[in-house]
Amino acid sequence: MASLSVCQPQCGGFSFENSKRNALLEAEFTKLGHSLPAARKTGTTICGVVFKDGVVLGADTRATEGMIVADKNCSKIHYISPNIYCCGAGTAADTEMTTQIISSNLELHALSTGRPSRVATANRMLKQMLFRYQGYIGAALVLGGVDSAGPHLYSIYPHGSTDKLPYVTMGSGSLAAMAVFEDRYKQDMEEGEAKQLVRDAIAAGIFNDLGSGSNIDLCVITKNNIDYIRPHDEANKKGVRSGSYKYKRGTTGVLTKNIIPLDLELVEEVVQTMDTS
Amino acid sequence: SFQTTIMAVEFDGGVVMGADSRTTTGAYIANRVTDKLTQIHDQIFCCRSGSAADTQAIADAVTYQLGFHSIELDEAPLVQTAANLFKEMCYKYREELMAGIIVAGWDKRRGGQVYTVPMGGMMVRQPFSIGGSGSSYIYGFVDSSYKSGMSKEECLQFTANALSLAMERDGSSGGVVRLAAISESGVERRVILGNQLPKFASC
Repeated sequence: MASLSVCQPQCGGFSFENSKRNALLEAEFTKLGHSLPAARKTGTTICGVVFKDGVVLGADTRATEGMIVADKNCSKIHYISPNIYCCGAGTAADTEMTTQIISSNLELHALSTGRPSRVATANRMLKQMLFRYQGYIGAALVLGGVDSAGPHLYSIYPHGSTDKLPYVTMGSGSLAAMAVFEDRYKQDMEEGEAKQLVRDAIAAGIFNDLGSGSNIDLCVITKNNIDYIRPHDEANKKGVRSGSYKYKRGTTGVLTKNIIPLDLELVEEVVQTMDTS
Repeated sequence: SFQTTIMAVEFDGGVVMGADSRTTTGAYIANRVTDKLTQIHDQIFCCRSGSAADTQAIADAVTYQLGFHSIELDEAPLVQTAANLFKEMCYKYREELMAGIIVAGWDKRRGGQVYTVPMGGMMVRQPFSIGGSGSSYIYGFVDSSYKSGMSKEECLQFTANALSLAMERDGSSGGVVRLAAISESGVERRVILGNQLPKFASC
């Protein structure tokens, strides 16, 4: 193994130097009874379908950290270019960053060529990057868009293989969604039909897969128009509590009361609302 | 990735290539209509088996290299050149790659040719070649059925029969049969759907 000297520029790719140290730390942690935090994954059901005038992309909105829901309303349909969007499943950070990098490179490419970008170009860039990292970037993507050559839909796997198909699903809920597609997909559907089909496929994922949940986001891409519908459907509405469990004031008797005023100067006030729904 | 059945046969004046259409991730079929016959140049194709990501990346790289070479040469490239480019890449990175490829096509110098580049990076020309996980089930069939000097239609029938038998027995092969016939006049592609596959006595 070549040793790294200060003068040598480090080659690209991941550095696995700390893997041994991390393994030792994890072993010690488990001995004390704790576990290391799990990377936030998006569980997920994502899918896409080609219809008469364009493509419809759909996604659920649940992000999980192990068995806990980290984000009830995260956005999994990422912008790549004005006419191309990409749904991402797998490790949340990987899908977010990968799509942002390719979106940036694609914009520079479009300015350089003087033409609107093509979906095939985005596909090439994504697959070549993911192959270079040999699957260590855990991003499974559904890429869709409309360009000068018509509507296109690709599925891209973490190791860098891609498939160009009329309908695709990815993520832990992909089998449930694919079942819906295999039953009801037809060529040259109308926009309304296609939206309903995608909505039903994502709903199948939400209700039958623990890793998917919350709302359904849709993105309808046609030649001259993008409809980013977030949320399209709130499949899981939180119920209204029928009883109030709050205790009335005076339930607990107060014995003594001692008020000490603190002499403080208010420098800055920041209010961040928590989602207590 | 795909476990597969792929096949290519030489005839006088060209080659016939065939493949199944199933790509699996574990037990789930990720794509049931995959096209494993990839065009490398106008009259040179390759059949891909092994890891989908690896073979797609290799095929893209070789397509680029061969296209560049053809422009420099100002004539159509040889099938042997394409096969050599595959072999260089598959041998150099043999530890990292999982790719079994059959390169076939037509060129002016030697007519129809089939070259096999299995995992490990060997390259050898054969009158016909089979590959992929499903090929194990049809070695007996192809060895007994193959005759030299078959016509294009006979080769197409031979390939379709062999692939159907393999798909019947191999769990990781299935879907439709994709065929391509390459000759001096060009490329002719065909698809045989599931219900139109040749049937045999045991089914």
